[in-house]
Amino acid sequence: MKRLFHDVFFCCVVALATMIAAEPPSSARRIVSLVPAVTEMLFAVGAGPQVVGVSSFDREPVQVAALPRVGALLDPDLERILSLRPDMVVAYGTQEDLHRQLARAGIPVFSYKHGGLAGITETIQRVGERTGHVEAANALVRDIEADLTAVRTRVASQPRPKVLLVFGRDPDSLRNVFASGGIGFLHDVLELAGGTNVLSDVRREGLQISVEQILAKRPEVVLELRAEADADLESKTRKVWRTLAAVPAVRDRRVHVMTGSEMVVPGPRIARAAERIARLLHPSVKPVRP
Amino acid sequence: MGALTRAERLVAAAAPIRSRVAWAIAGFGAVAVGACVTAPLVGSTPISLTRAWDPSLPFASNVDAQIFFVARLPRVLSAALVGSALAAAGVVFQALLRNPLATPFTLGVSAGAALGAMLAITAGATLVIGPVGTVPLASFLGSLAAVAVVYLLASARHRGFSTNVMLLAGVTLNSFFSALILFLQFFADMTQTMRTVRWLMGDLDVASYGPILAAVPLVLIASVAFAWLARALNLLAIGPEQAEGRGVDVLRAQRVAFVSASLATGAAVSLGGPIGFVGIVVPHLVRLLVGSDHRVLLPAASLFGATFLIGCDLVSRTVMAPLELPVGIVTAVIGGPFFLWLLITRGAGGATR
Repeated sequence: MKRLFHDVFFCCVVALATMIAAEPPSSARRIVSLVPAVTEMLFAVGAGPQVVGVSSFDREPVQVAALPRVGALLDPDLERILSLRPDMVVAYGTQEDLHRQLARAGIPVFSYKHGGLAGITETIQRVGERTGHVEAANALVRDIEADLTAVRTRVASQPRPKVLLVFGRDPDSLRNVFASGGIGFLHDVLELAGGTNVLSDVRREGLQISVEQILAKRPEVVLELRAEADADLESKTRKVWRTLAAVPAVRDRRVHVMTGSEMVVPGPRIARAAERIARLLHPSVKPVRP
Repeated sequence: MGALTRAERLVAAAAPIRSRVAWAIAGFGAVAVGACVTAPLVGSTPISLTRAWDPSLPFASNVDAQIFFVARLPRVLSAALVGSALAAAGVVFQALLRNPLATPFTLGVSAGAALGAMLAITAGATLVIGPVGTVPLASFLGSLAAVAVVYLLASARHRGFSTNVMLLAGVTLNSFFSALILFLQFFADMTQTMRTVRWLMGDLDVASYGPILAAVPLVLIASVAFAWLARALNLLAIGPEQAEGRGVDVLRAQRVAFVSASLATGAAVSLGGPIGFVGIVVPHLVRLLVGSDHRVLLPAASLFGATFLIGCDLVSRTVMAPLELPVGIVTAVIGGPFFLWLLITRGAGGATR
């Protein structure tokens, strides 16, 4: 009797284990994300409740404020990551040491590679597959693509201004100006929103550009992107650029600053960034959707 | 012979050195002026010089004129000023520390400046005095702080001014400040870290004359001090005791040398960042050409330092255009192998004098 009970119990355990194993192995339940863009994607596809830890730089969406921080690209805190008992860690493809350490611990890694605009929707789909939210991810991708197409068609017939897209510079001068080159999601978004990147021939995502090159490239619009707002940023920025009066953008008062993390994070809010740039470059064209 | 007075003999002895100084200044000066004149004509973009110099065109819409006067000329002038200050400071530090490997950065000036710059970049605060922006100002203050620490340590607990203590304090301060910089970088975000790293590579694209004009008085004061020090440095380079015996006020000479060379270095670093190798390669190269008499060496090195850095910056702004190769990389790539060659062919001692 006792033996029979034991056998039945054993069979049940085996059956239960098989059932658990039969579930798609891709559905991660405890996710740690070191990549802010992917964190946003996780929440956008509905995998937010599965996220148990984020990077030190995560600000979006607001729910991440309550989550433990586990370092970032340069300083991932392996101990804290392991202590959260994740079954998936989102890490940058370049974090090779971390990949090795997590492999040794038997924790699957979602490797993130920074890329162009197409990479964003691709990553969202992968996020959906790995977290069991394929439908939501596909719907999100469809929405983003529809929004991007709307922006693209709206500005398609417009003249394309030459734009210098600036990521950063010294706070009170035109020293160390870093600008977008001809690859990367910001370059793609700019071209989609009806602008021509003056540095599109440079096969780099970002580069430092000298004052001589700024003058020589003659941008018609200068667009500075900032993650965070600052008091009277626009007037300060215009003042700094006034030294280069021969630049068409300065002459025509088309030096602009845009703040907001959606402008610099290659995540699900990218269509909003495209929309904002399109409105700035083509103020006369009214958006179709509110 | 007995007819010659003491004064006449002195004049006779001084004549060759006077003419050597004159020749050195004329020769190296001509090359430096030539570099200043030709370097702005070359750049990553072809420009029309007739348009650039045409006063009938309004400056605001004249791209060629703006490229010439806003982009290139300030760069060339700041390269000249930074190169000359670093080369002369290198000569002075090598004599003061009696060490052929001394550079303007040996005593912690550049590490202090880097810490100041890093603090300004991470704090995100704005502090502007006249034409001088936050980062240059903070880096200059940082270099002054480092100089003050080394000065106090070298003066304390010793009769006189110990160059050994100075050297040890400088080297320690360099590593201590580097550690603080790493500490700050650990908490800084990616863009701030990138900006600091870029600052450390040196950059002369100043895009206005204000920062240059702010640095000129400091370098000028230091140069006057260098001129006054030249003879004393000749004797100090042999040894403080010998210098004392020949009537040099060693303590005062050492203090003036340290403060003035640090001032020149601080001004140069705040303008162009810590551009390496200029302060060691140029002094040794010029020593090979004109000998080690500081009355000739100092003016020659400062003029050649200007030429050298103008040349390096020309490479940095054209070789990979539109990308900018940081000028500190150019000076290192040219300076490193040259210095090794110098070490092998002349031997460590031969390079000093």
